[in-house]
Amino acid sequence: MLEIKDLHANINGKEILKGINLTIKEGEVHAIMGPNGSGKSTLSAVLAGNPNYEVTKGSASFLGKNLLELSPEDRSREGLFLSFQYPVEIQGVSMVNFMRAAVNEHRKYKKLPALSASDFLKLMRERKEFVELDNSLANRSVNEGFSGGEKKRNEIFQMAMLEPRLSILDETDSGLDIDALRIVANGVNKLKNPHSSTIVITHYQRLLDYIKPDIVHVLYKGQIVKTGTPDLALELEERGYDWIKKELGE
Amino acid sequence: MPENIIEDFTKGEYKYGFTSDIETDIIPTGLNEDVVRLISAKKEEPEWLLNFRLKAFEHWKKLEPPTWAHLDIPEIDFQKISYFAAPKKKVKSMDEVDPELIKTFNKLGIPLEEQMALSGMAVDAVMDSVSVKTTFKENLMEKGIIFCSFSEAVKHHPDLVQKYLGSVVPYADNYYAALNSAVFSDGSFVYIPKGVRCPMELSTYFRINAENTGQFERTLIVADEEAYVSYLEGCTAPQRDENQLHAAIVEIIVHDNAEVKYSTVQNWYPGDKNGNGGIYNFVTKRGICHENAKLSWTQVETGSAITWKYPSCILKGDNSSAEFYSVAVTNNYQQADTGTKMIHLGKNTRSHIVSKGISAGKSQNSYRGLVKVAKNAENSRNYSQCDSLLLGDKCGAHTFPYMDINNKSSVVEHEATTSKISEEQIFYCNQRGISTEDAIGLIVNGYAKEVINKLPMEFAVEAQKLLQVSLEGSVG
Repeated sequence: MLEIKDLHANINGKEILKGINLTIKEGEVHAIMGPNGSGKSTLSAVLAGNPNYEVTKGSASFLGKNLLELSPEDRSREGLFLSFQYPVEIQGVSMVNFMRAAVNEHRKYKKLPALSASDFLKLMRERKEFVELDNSLANRSVNEGFSGGEKKRNEIFQMAMLEPRLSILDETDSGLDIDALRIVANGVNKLKNPHSSTIVITHYQRLLDYIKPDIVHVLYKGQIVKTGTPDLALELEERGYDWIKKELGE
Repeated sequence: MPENIIEDFTKGEYKYGFTSDIETDIIPTGLNEDVVRLISAKKEEPEWLLNFRLKAFEHWKKLEPPTWAHLDIPEIDFQKISYFAAPKKKVKSMDEVDPELIKTFNKLGIPLEEQMALSGMAVDAVMDSVSVKTTFKENLMEKGIIFCSFSEAVKHHPDLVQKYLGSVVPYADNYYAALNSAVFSDGSFVYIPKGVRCPMELSTYFRINAENTGQFERTLIVADEEAYVSYLEGCTAPQRDENQLHAAIVEIIVHDNAEVKYSTVQNWYPGDKNGNGGIYNFVTKRGICHENAKLSWTQVETGSAITWKYPSCILKGDNSSAEFYSVAVTNNYQQADTGTKMIHLGKNTRSHIVSKGISAGKSQNSYRGLVKVAKNAENSRNYSQCDSLLLGDKCGAHTFPYMDINNKSSVVEHEATTSKISEEQIFYCNQRGISTEDAIGLIVNGYAKEVINKLPMEFAVEAQKLLQVSLEGSVG
């Protein structure tokens, strides 16, 4: 589904990703862990097409297409979803208008007719249940005045609406208390199906207790330095990252 | 790179920029007493109106153009403008209307044939200096409602015109008001009799077509006691390299317990992306509210190279109220200095101001508002909210609120915010599959919602589209 080869990327002229290789198959859940500043969020931003980052080398194909040539909106329409670490607030734009625009753009891309207002509202009511958001959601402005937990639940709600093939959860657990974490993780698990894949970016094992990864990677200084089974995450939780640095001869 | 995203803001095309090939009766350029007399003669006006014009002209000659606005206005050569242009053929019935003219208004989406008017909206169409057609006139007359061109009103209802003309905006009010009073050509006249609720939206559509002409229209609306009317005004002009002057006056008289809603969608040609051409829009709009009366101004301003406009209200009667809801968009090199004046004279008077500025490109957008509370205006109340939204970092947004409060029991509040559409917001929308143009449209319409919601339905939809089109290409 996703194949990344020797990917290098800069921000403001500084190289952050220094040769990422990663292959994700249909139905797999990959966890990417690593210390602060290792490039985890940069990787998700680059995959989503954030214009602040410049890819200098390497390739990334998504469902057989050259991902790096697609505009950010087309990447979304192709089925790539990023759950933002810090979702932005958009004053004055209601969630219902925002999601309706998004869903209908996705449908247009697939040459499907736009959803009627009533069908859309029905879908929205159904999907917000995944993350236990209440009815007031529809008329609230996008993320405006949302608590930290609500913002993350709202991200997963949008994921439920757009039914992506590949979801990247960028530190979705940060700033969540244990109840919110459970709600968010449950939402993600309910959305899982044999044709969709997930990249979970996190610092902590905690989230992986709920969202079980198939494969765990350690990202360090812009490269994937170790790949293993879910046991690797447990080991990191116990021993920290120093032993990996030692293995790398630092 | 990221800055470019909010930089290339200028591909938006003006879709009303066409010209129509209509035989026009146009007087030579230049302005002097003879021209004023000629206009009056062409319109076969009574003596009192000619005298009104001449007094205004004498006064205008003594005035200097105002310079206090936050506008860079090139010097205007008033001798290079023609003050009267009219489509040649006189119209008695629809069959006699120049087909080109019908085509023009159809192209603008203004149906002049009554059976085609879907929304049941009565329309007065003004091309250059004269009104070409007013629809539903007879139906309205059955209720005693007068809706006709200003010239017809002078002929058929001279007493009403003479009574109210200049009663809210005297000819000596300001430079452009004096000029308009001297050379005004046509416009709309509305009279709603006592206790009558006007059953349909009344609407005037202004179109400049001829070259080197100015448009100086005059609108007079009178709502007698307990009457109600909702009035709409739209305007467009062809795309030309030179600037054209539009200096209008709107006067509204709202008698005891009456209500008037006045909505404008101003879409005069704004000039091209390099700032060439476009309309200079210098307009004086003012209403007076008698006891317990209500006046509401709603404006969506997207056009004109320069806008100088302050729809205002004199709250003369006790318990009267006024609203001003405005969205002003400037892009490229457009300049707008717009706002309102709320003059509280009566007791328990209320005013509410919501101004939303949107600036993009290299434009300058200013809100200028005055709230004045007279000594005897006890328990008056004003609330003003002025928001500015910036797209990019080469445009300017300014707020000039003035307050003159002479009564201690009154409460006046002012709030202002400035926000910017950020690249993060755009990227967030992109990531959900929404293109940058659509994202801007969503954000701008969300921001302007409070004002757009005040417009009548058909206009609201138009206005939403217009906002998006005006900002098209603003974000690359």
